[in-house]
Amino acid sequence: MDLLHNVTANQLKSDIPQFRTGDTLAVHVRVIEGDKERIQIFQGVCIKRKGGGINETFTVRKISDGVGVERIFPLHSPRIAKIELKKEGKVRRAKIYYLRDLVGKAARIKERGV
Amino acid sequence: MAGLLGKKIGMTQIFTEQGLLIPVTVVKAGPCYVIQVKTQENDGYSAVQIAYDDLKTKNVKAPVKGHFAKSGVTPKRFLKEFEFKEQDSANVGDELTVDIFKVGTLVTVSGVSKGKGFQGGVKRHGFSGGPSTHGQSDRLRAPGSLGQSSYPSRVYKGLKMAGRMGNDRKKIKKVMIVRVDLENGLLFLKGPLPGAKQSLLEIQN
Repeated sequence: MDLLHNVTANQLKSDIPQFRTGDTLAVHVRVIEGDKERIQIFQGVCIKRKGGGINETFTVRKISDGVGVERIFPLHSPRIAKIELKKEGKVRRAKIYYLRDLVGKAARIKERGV
Repeated sequence: MAGLLGKKIGMTQIFTEQGLLIPVTVVKAGPCYVIQVKTQENDGYSAVQIAYDDLKTKNVKAPVKGHFAKSGVTPKRFLKEFEFKEQDSANVGDELTVDIFKVGTLVTVSGVSKGKGFQGGVKRHGFSGGPSTHGQSDRLRAPGSLGQSSYPSRVYKGLKMAGRMGNDRKKIKKVMIVRVDLENGLLFLKGPLPGAKQSLLEIQN
């Protein structure tokens, strides 16, 4: 088991900000089109973090043109240029799936530490 | 060289340079040693016999000790033969490590799958079972009909039924080598491989 951790250790990122479920994130995604590369920003609420080590993923949910969009990112993916912590949210669950059923004002999240 | 013996360490995922996350099985392969080269003239077929995994020499039986002594290699736990191909060159006593494998090539991996015990037809052969509605009872995982009626009045041999599953030798072809770790003697092979962790695997080109 230790060996499995060691072989993936050098692929883990060390510059990931401390964030948890309920926080608002701006994920800078590297998009490769042909031989060109550009950065696309996906901003929304982190609704879950799952797994550990190199297998860890997080899900970001945003409302785009009135439609809910969720994207699952591998936390240590080289396709992610940067994760920006925009707002710290205060929630009581580790997985805030209930957010999917809420719209408009009800879908707001209280800020942490204010 | 034809192949290597190794132990399954477990599964994980690794990122490629393009940023794709690939599921891999980590295998600790080698160092293996050539114990005997069998030739057409001497043995009737050509093969290389290789050995893998150290063990306590004091527990080794005398005939095995003698066999290893001929090659000048300390006795090992496993002895396997690989087919000897024309382009290969092997000498008795040679050490083989993971550097015989190149990233991106396809290999064949053999091993013994995990034993599942006595299993029904649904799990063992992929039967669909019976319907859960339309007045059915106790039919959900049933195998269905076993054959015809008064002719032939018997069940054909080899009909798929419930029974012991797993613990069979399985051969997986076209397994891609994703990464080779020369320092630790590790191979990263794409996808799952048969057997439990620490079980023996044969990897050949």
